[in-house]
Amino acid sequence: MVAKPGLDGHDRGARIIARTYRDAGFEVVYSGLHQTPEEVVQAAIQEDVDMIGLSSLAGAHMYLFPRVVELLKEKGADDIVVCGGGIFPEEDIPKLKEAGIKEIFTPGTPLREVVKWVEENVKPRSS
Amino acid sequence: MGIAERVTSGDIRAVARLIRDIDDKVPGAREVLKDLYPSTGRAYVVGITGAPGVGKSTLVDQMLTHLRKAGKTVGVLAVDPTSPFSGGAILGDRVRMQRHSMDEGVFIRSMATRGYFGGLTQSTRSAIDVLDAMGKDYVIVETVGVGQDEIDIVQSAHTTIIILIPGMGDDIQALKAGILEVGDIFVINKADREGADRTVNDIRLMIEMDEKRYRNGWKPPILTAQAVFDIGTKEILDEIEKHRKYLTSSPVRQSRVEYEKARNDLAEMIKDKIVHEVLEDIIHSGEFEELLQLIVERKIDPYTACDTIVSTRLRSGSK
Repeated sequence: MVAKPGLDGHDRGARIIARTYRDAGFEVVYSGLHQTPEEVVQAAIQEDVDMIGLSSLAGAHMYLFPRVVELLKEKGADDIVVCGGGIFPEEDIPKLKEAGIKEIFTPGTPLREVVKWVEENVKPRSS
Repeated sequence: MGIAERVTSGDIRAVARLIRDIDDKVPGAREVLKDLYPSTGRAYVVGITGAPGVGKSTLVDQMLTHLRKAGKTVGVLAVDPTSPFSGGAILGDRVRMQRHSMDEGVFIRSMATRGYFGGLTQSTRSAIDVLDAMGKDYVIVETVGVGQDEIDIVQSAHTTIIILIPGMGDDIQALKAGILEVGDIFVINKADREGADRTVNDIRLMIEMDEKRYRNGWKPPILTAQAVFDIGTKEILDEIEKHRKYLTSSPVRQSRVEYEKARNDLAEMIKDKIVHEVLEDIIHSGEFEELLQLIVERKIDPYTACDTIVSTRLRSGSK
């Protein structure tokens, strides 16, 4: 699932990512703009996704991203992998990873790599 | 607690996982569906279809608001097409229904059509059963109305709504013999656009020419709407209710509806199982490819190839 939490209204990047995964053979749920972390998690659970890709360009990632991880844990759904993409200060990246975000992609990452990372690191969950 | 029990008690994770397993054809899922069957048959199933961009998801979103106000719980299955090239899909119907995502009385699930070997029809039908068994009062199935699969799905709905928009002109002609025939209610959305009256008239003419089919007492109403502004939603729900009353008012009619539904479901299920077991099997074994090669080289005709496959597979008994 590709999601845009928070107030940031720029989803061109998120759409390109969604489209890229589609072209790589993934089923991508796009949840739209202005989602609260609670909404993102609820949608991910209803859709039973393997991974959530969060996009943020507006600077609130230090709250939004860890909050999604936290809520997944609360709901017993922490087997869902969370990744992030967007513009982040260099020093935030290790902190985000520490908070449970598995990988962070920043501008300039080739689309091929974004797909490859998922193919190598996200295994479809079995029942 | 078993999975079936978790589903009937409304456990969202169990429901979500089961639908995924159905879609992935995990063998255990079928067993759960068997256990769930006695708990199905209570939800009212509404099918919504129409060309891309006519406003299906927006209308569903408005319907959700109205139904929730009336205290009804709703399950939504939103079907989007799988890319024939990559096998991937973008499932974007949730975007229009965002505001219901925190509502415990609403369960929204996106599904991809996944190719043409009969996957969509069967998994969507089974997913309807799952949402029914979890206790939803209504199950709304939204499909892109472009192919036979979609017609099959709406045929397992109690009420089918076809959405059109003004200015489709010749498209309506093209659709005449297909999806338009299965509509119980027609909605002309974006009715503020030029040509809405003409579209209403086109549909009216089409329905009236087909009078024989409507002699049993239900003539599909044609409504106008502007789903974005919630104009016309209430009237659509009223017509659904009228259609429901029509279906249930006579025991003879109701049992015939149930019979037709069961007949359609079972026939589709058998087709799906045979396709799955015979076709997928020969694709995996490479036999399919071999035969294709022989046919292309004109060493064998496709009729003989088909007869041989089907008779040997079916006689040996499918698993």
